[in-house]
Amino acid sequence: MRLRTIVPMAVGILAVGLAGAGLRADPVEDKLVIDGEVELVTRAKAPEGHPFDEVVSGWHYRTDETRALQQDSFANPAMLYVERGAEIWKTVQGAAGKSCASCHGDAAESMKGVGAHYPKWNAAAGKPVNLELQVDACRKNNMQAEPYKFDHADQKALVTYIKHQSLGAPVAVDLTQGAMQSWWDKGKDLYYTRTGQLNLSCASCHEQNNGKYIRADHLSQGNVNGFPTYRLKDADVVSLHGRLRGCVRDTRATTPKAFSDDLIALEVYVTWRGTGLAVETPAVRH
Amino acid sequence: MRDTCKTALLGATLLLATTAGARATEPIGPSDVTFVETAVSAPLTGTPGNPAEGRKAFANVRMGNCLACHKNSEMSEQLFHGDVGTPLDGVAERWKPEELRAIVVNSKKVFGPETVMPGFYSLEAGVDVAEAFKGKTILTAQQVEDIVAYLTTLKN
Ligand code: HEC
Ligand code: HEC
Repeated sequence: MRLRTIVPMAVGILAVGLAGAGLRADPVEDKLVIDGEVELVTRAKAPEGHPFDEVVSGWHYRTDETRALQQDSFANPAMLYVERGAEIWKTVQGAAGKSCASCHGDAAESMKGVGAHYPKWNAAAGKPVNLELQVDACRKNNMQAEPYKFDHADQKALVTYIKHQSLGAPVAVDLTQGAMQSWWDKGKDLYYTRTGQLNLSCASCHEQNNGKYIRADHLSQGNVNGFPTYRLKDADVVSLHGRLRGCVRDTRATTPKAFSDDLIALEVYVTWRGTGLAVETPAVRH
Repeated sequence: MRDTCKTALLGATLLLATTAGARATEPIGPSDVTFVETAVSAPLTGTPGNPAEGRKAFANVRMGNCLACHKNSEMSEQLFHGDVGTPLDGVAERWKPEELRAIVVNSKKVFGPETVMPGFYSLEAGVDVAEAFKGKTILTAQQVEDIVAYLTTLKN
């Protein structure tokens, strides 16, 4: 029963200690403007039922240098992926002799805003699909081409290109379609489930401790509006499922499979948590 | 007189050393650690904690990785101290050694189940523990003792 008294005491020490340390860093006050022209919404009023009042893009948690990289599309290393994606878009592949462009024409028009609404309910699949799975479905059904291997450079390039067509569009998943709500519920459960030997959940880091540092990493809210994202640490573009797998693995848990029901459910839920933030793809992160 | 005293003392130390040696091969298992309120008074091993080893295990990413969450001014040569947890400066003045042991063994018993601090010598893990870590504690009993010994040196 001493626990009750000990806990507030420990918390008291925590507050004093942190104030003294002066380490806690709030997300940086700044505006995200691409090439001095397009200003993106990086803070938005949280949707109803969200644990926060405001959702904040991970961009605000990065250093001056990293934030600057994303604001300049010549300096943003992931723009190479966008260019590669544009090539793939019009390249014929598969037995049907078609390219993406054969059906969808100019991506700047046909794909504008599309990526902001994924994952999306897919009646044929009987589950939500994300952009990667939608691309694979098109390849299989319309192009008679093989689905991509997870995280193949072309998959990342094409998805980055498609999502980039929604740059600035607010993230909005439609939970009213099909069974989206139950996938959201499942994703929420997973978000709060502690995993691995380290016994941490997504919420342990991104809800309870965002704004704090875990070693050199400034913890953000873990929003997904910038994916696929260029990660300086990897010197490569990272897909969302790649990132989620990394976060789970770091708790010393079994790494979940990309596009597994668990990760799709988690994607539905974390995407919703960033509702209203502008699509930043390709974002630049640490 | 002095000599007898010395011999007696020496004998006692030797005796302690042998019992310690015998116990050292069998540390207390993670499920057998006894908590009394927020303290674990019995050392987990017979070998007294070595603060110098503890200092290493504290910083090592594959061992304690305590710096991920805690600032520790005594280790200013290390870059990037996290601030998810309380700064550990002067921690030895806030907690007794047996409480520090309890915190490192299983912080949930001291701070409550909501704490994000992992239990370093506990099998109460999250779901889906990776094969390589199944049924294993994060630190060995000796590493816990070493880290506790190190923590007791952190005075203001
Ligand atoms: C042990 C701490 C920890 C846990 C647990 C954790 N993450 Fe992370 N996560 C990080 C760190 C550190 C980063 C990189 C800095 C940042 O953006 O927060 C990160 C980054 C992210 C990002 C990228 C954010 C951006 O702006 O690009 C997403 C998305 C994310 N995490 C989601 C999750 C989800 C979902 C879970 C649970 C399955 C999870 N994380 C669990 C530490 C953690
Ligand atoms: C993932 C984060 C995390 C890691 C890793 C971690 N701790 Fe902690 N620790 C905390 C938090 C958070 C608290 C504050 C208690 C609370 O409110 O949960 C804490 C509290 C403590 C306290 C009590 C401090 C005080 O002054 O009240 C000690 C001692 C401590 N930790 C030691 C360690 C040691 C030693 C290690 C490594 C073997 C370690 N911690 C690793 C998060 C962590």
